[in-house]
Amino acid sequence: MSSRTVPLRFHLNGLPVERAVPPERILLDLIRDEIRLTGTKRGCDLGTCGCCTVLLDGVPVLSCLTLALRADGRSVTTIEGIGQAGKLHPVQAAFVECGATQCGFCTPGFVLTAVALLRDHPHPDRETIVRAISGNLCRCTGYTKIVQAIERAAEAAP
Amino acid sequence: MSSATAPESPYRLLGGRIPYVEGPLKVTGRAEYTDDIHRSGMLVGRVLRSPWAHARIRSIDTSEARALPGVAAVLTGEEYPTPFGVLPITHDETMLAVGKVRYIGDMVAAVAAIDEPTAEQALAKIRVEVDPLPEFSDPRTGLTRVTEPIHERGLMGSNIQKQVLQHFGDVEAAFARAAATVRVRGQFAGVTHAFTEPLVTIAEATPDGRLTVWSATQVPHYLHRTLHEVLGIPMHRIRVIKPEVGGGFGGKSDPLPHELACAALSLATGRPVKMLFDREEVFYTNHGRHPTQNDVRIAAEADGTLLAYDIDTIIEGGAWSSFGTVTTYYNGVLAMGPYRVPNFRYRGRRVYTNKPPSGAMRAHGGTNIRYAVEVGLDELAEQLSIDPFDLRERNALPPHSTTVNQFRITSTSFRACLRAVRERSGWAGKFRRLPYGRGIGLGCGFYISGSNSPIHFTPKMPQSTVHLKADMDGGIAVHCMQADIGQGSNTLMAAIVAEVLGVDLERVHVQRVDSDVSPIDLGSYSSRVTFMMGNAARRAAERMRRQLVDAAATLLGYPAEQLEVVHERIQVRHRPEVGIDFMGALHRAMEASGALQSSGAYTSPPMGGTFKGARAGTAPAYSFAAYVAEVDVDPETGVYRPTHVWAAFDCGRPLNRLAVEGQIEGSIHMGLGQLMGESMEYRGSRLMNPSLLDYKIPMPGQMPEIEVLLVGEDDPEGPFGAKEAGEGPLVAILPAVANALHDAVGVRCHAVPITPDRLLRAIDARRAAGRTWKGE
Repeated sequence: MSSRTVPLRFHLNGLPVERAVPPERILLDLIRDEIRLTGTKRGCDLGTCGCCTVLLDGVPVLSCLTLALRADGRSVTTIEGIGQAGKLHPVQAAFVECGATQCGFCTPGFVLTAVALLRDHPHPDRETIVRAISGNLCRCTGYTKIVQAIERAAEAAP
Repeated sequence: MSSATAPESPYRLLGGRIPYVEGPLKVTGRAEYTDDIHRSGMLVGRVLRSPWAHARIRSIDTSEARALPGVAAVLTGEEYPTPFGVLPITHDETMLAVGKVRYIGDMVAAVAAIDEPTAEQALAKIRVEVDPLPEFSDPRTGLTRVTEPIHERGLMGSNIQKQVLQHFGDVEAAFARAAATVRVRGQFAGVTHAFTEPLVTIAEATPDGRLTVWSATQVPHYLHRTLHEVLGIPMHRIRVIKPEVGGGFGGKSDPLPHELACAALSLATGRPVKMLFDREEVFYTNHGRHPTQNDVRIAAEADGTLLAYDIDTIIEGGAWSSFGTVTTYYNGVLAMGPYRVPNFRYRGRRVYTNKPPSGAMRAHGGTNIRYAVEVGLDELAEQLSIDPFDLRERNALPPHSTTVNQFRITSTSFRACLRAVRERSGWAGKFRRLPYGRGIGLGCGFYISGSNSPIHFTPKMPQSTVHLKADMDGGIAVHCMQADIGQGSNTLMAAIVAEVLGVDLERVHVQRVDSDVSPIDLGSYSSRVTFMMGNAARRAAERMRRQLVDAAATLLGYPAEQLEVVHERIQVRHRPEVGIDFMGALHRAMEASGALQSSGAYTSPPMGGTFKGARAGTAPAYSFAAYVAEVDVDPETGVYRPTHVWAAFDCGRPLNRLAVEGQIEGSIHMGLGQLMGESMEYRGSRLMNPSLLDYKIPMPGQMPEIEVLLVGEDDPEGPFGAKEAGEGPLVAILPAVANALHDAVGVRCHAVPITPDRLLRAIDARRAAGRTWKGE
C-alpha cells in the first residue's frame, strides 16, 4: 500500500470536495467506498458492464477505469446529482413510467449515459440511442424499455 | 414496440401498466443493495480458491496467515463439515473444501481481515498441500465405474449423480408404425446468469446470541434454513434480510457456500463481515444452465399426428448436485407440452465433472429439450410437407386434459398463441418466400407456473404466506418472504392488496424481506411467485376487506352483504350515496382490537401420478408460447441478426402488462444470448472466459424489434386468472430463430450456440453436397 497521498480538488454533484488520495486510487473506490455515494454501482471492475458510469465534466466515463486524480479541477456527476429533491429528472421519470428498470443495478449508469446523450442530441434517432448506450449492459430488460424511455424523455424535452 | 390483444381488464389496477413501486428509488440510486450497506467495525471477508481441478487435500497450514497483523480469523473446511445443498436429498456440498477439492475455483479457506490488502496477503500465506487426482472434464468419461469418483454418492461408483428412466405407453411400437421420424442430436454449451450485481453477503453476529445476514439471494428462506443446518444455530436466532437484489435468474437461488462462510467468519470474530465477490468469482460460482447433449427422436403419422418421443440426455453437473436432480427430470418431462404425446421414453443422466457447478437458470431444465423438440418438429413438418403451424395446431394439448405422464393441464391458450403470431407475422406471405438469406421460423413454449413440489420441511406447509397490517395512519404494511429480484413481484403484491381493498396503491407499503417479520414464501424460482404469492396476497387482502366491510356495516346500519368496496370507499350497493370512506371504516374497525391484521396462504392442490419421480414437472398451471422470428443472414460470413420477433404468450390474465412485457423482452434477450454466442468455454476443466468481456451477452444493437401479444384467458386457479411470465417466455426464442435460419439458408444447426462460423460451415457443407436453397 502506498502511504504517499496527493491533494485532489474537484466538484462532486456541484459541491466542492477536497481530499488527499493515493495516486493509484480509483474514482469508483473514492466515490463509493470513501465518500459512500452508493448509487454508483460496482459490477465488474473491468470496464465491461457500465454500472459504474459517472459524468466527468458532463461526459460519461467508467469510474472503475478512471483514476481519482483525473477528476482534479473538474466536475463529477453521479446518479445522486441527477434530478432535484422531490422531482425526478425527465430521464428518470421516463425510466419509471416505461418500466425501464427491473433489478435496477444497471439503472444509474443508463440514466447518466442518457442524460449526457440528450444534452448533446436532444432528439436522437433510435440508432443514435442504441449506439450511445452500447457501453452499458442490462441483463433484465433486453434494452427494449430502456430505449423507449430515452425516446420518451426526448419527446418530453422542449 | 409492444402491443397486447387481451380484453379490457375488469379491475381497477390489475391488468393495466403499473410502474414498479421501487422505480423512483432505482432511478435515483437510492435503492439499497447488499454492498451498499455498511456496518460499524465491518471486516473484509475473502476466500482462497483451489487452483486444482481435482485433488486430495493433504494439509492446510494457516498459521502464517493467522499471525498476520490485521487478520481476525482464518477458517478451513474441517471445522464446518456439515454437508448441505438446496435439495434435501442431495446434500453434497460443504462450506469449504473437506478432504478434496473438486474444481478450479472451489473454496478452500476463508479469511476475515481489517481491509482487503490484508485479507489478500493472508490468503497468499495459506499453505495447501494436495495430491492431484485424475480430473473429469467430459461427462462421458464418468458414466461407468471410475477409480476416483468425484463424489462417493455417484451411481455404482461412477460420476452419475442422478439417473432417470421413464417409459409411458409403448415407444418401440409407435416408432414401428410411424410414417415419419426425425432425430435431433442437440449439443448445448453451458451458459451462466450474468446478473449485474455480483454475489455479496454481510453477516453480523451480535452479543445477544443472534446472527443477522444480509445477502443477494433470491431464496431467503433456503438460506435461512441452511445457515441453521450448517452452523447449528436455531432458526429463530438467525435473521435473514434480503435488500434489493441486482438480478438472479436462478444464480442466487441455491444457498451458496460463501454465505455460510461469511456467517462463520462473523461468529468467529464477533464482528460484522462483508464478503463481496469480484466478477471472476461470480463466474466460478456459476450454477448456470447445464452443458447438455440430448438425442431426441420423434415419431409421427403421415398427417403429422405425433406418436412418440424417445429422449436420451446427458447433462453435465459440474462439482455439486445443486438443483441437479430436478434438472435431470425436467430435461425429459418438460417435453410433455404443449403437444399431446401418447408414447414417451426418457433416459436422463446428470454427471459430475470437475468444473464449476451447474444449477438452475431461467427456464430451468426446459430450454435445451425445447430446442431439440421444436427444431425436430420443424424438420418433421418439412418431411411431411405440412406447414409448421398446422403441425402444431394438430397436436396442441386441449384445455383440461392430462398428459401421458399425468401432468394436469388446466387452462391453455396455445392455439390462440399460434393464431396470433401466424397472423401478426405475415407468415403466409413469408415462409419459404423470402429471398435467400432471409428467413422466418416458428418456435413454441411450455413451462411450469410454479413447482407443485415444494422444497420444504414438509409438503403440507403453505408455499406462500402473506401478512397485512393496517394501522390508524391508513397505510397497509405487507410482509412476505417472496423475493423481488427485479421481476416486479413487490409491485404485483402491492397492486393485489390495493385492488382487493379498493385503496390507492401508495397506501400499500411492501416491507423488505426480513425473516424476523416476513412469513415464509419459498422465493423466486420455478416461476412460482405470481401464482403462489398472488393467491396468498389475495386471500390476506380479502380477509382484511371483510373486517373493513363488517365495521362499515355497523356504521352505516346496513348488512355487510349489501355493501360494496369501491375506490377508497365502502358503500351500499343499491344506495351508493350512503357510504363511508376507507379511513372511516378502518378507524371503526380498529375500535374493537387495534390495528387490523390479516394473513393469507397458498398451498398447491394434490396432483400428479404415483410412480417414482411423478411430482417432477407438476405445477398448478402451465404457460404456453408461440414465437415467430425473422432473421437476416449474410451467407458469405455466417453473420446473422434476428430482425423481428412476434411473441405470443399465454400467462393467463396479465396482471401488470409493463412487467409481463419486460419479462418477455428480457427473456428474448437472454435466449438470444444462449443461441447466438454465450458459452462457458473450458480448456480441460479450466474456465477460460470468466469475465463479461470474454463472456458476451447481447448488446442493445443486437436486439430485434419485439411485438408482444398477450392472448391468455383466465386460469381457473391463478390469482385473478394469472399464470407465470418469468421463465416460460425464454424457451421459444431459441428454436424460433434456429428454424428461421433454416428458412433463410437451408441448414440445420443442432449445436448451440449457433455462432457465425458454425453457420458458415453448415452452409458450406450444404453447398459441397450440391444442395441449393431458395434459388441461391
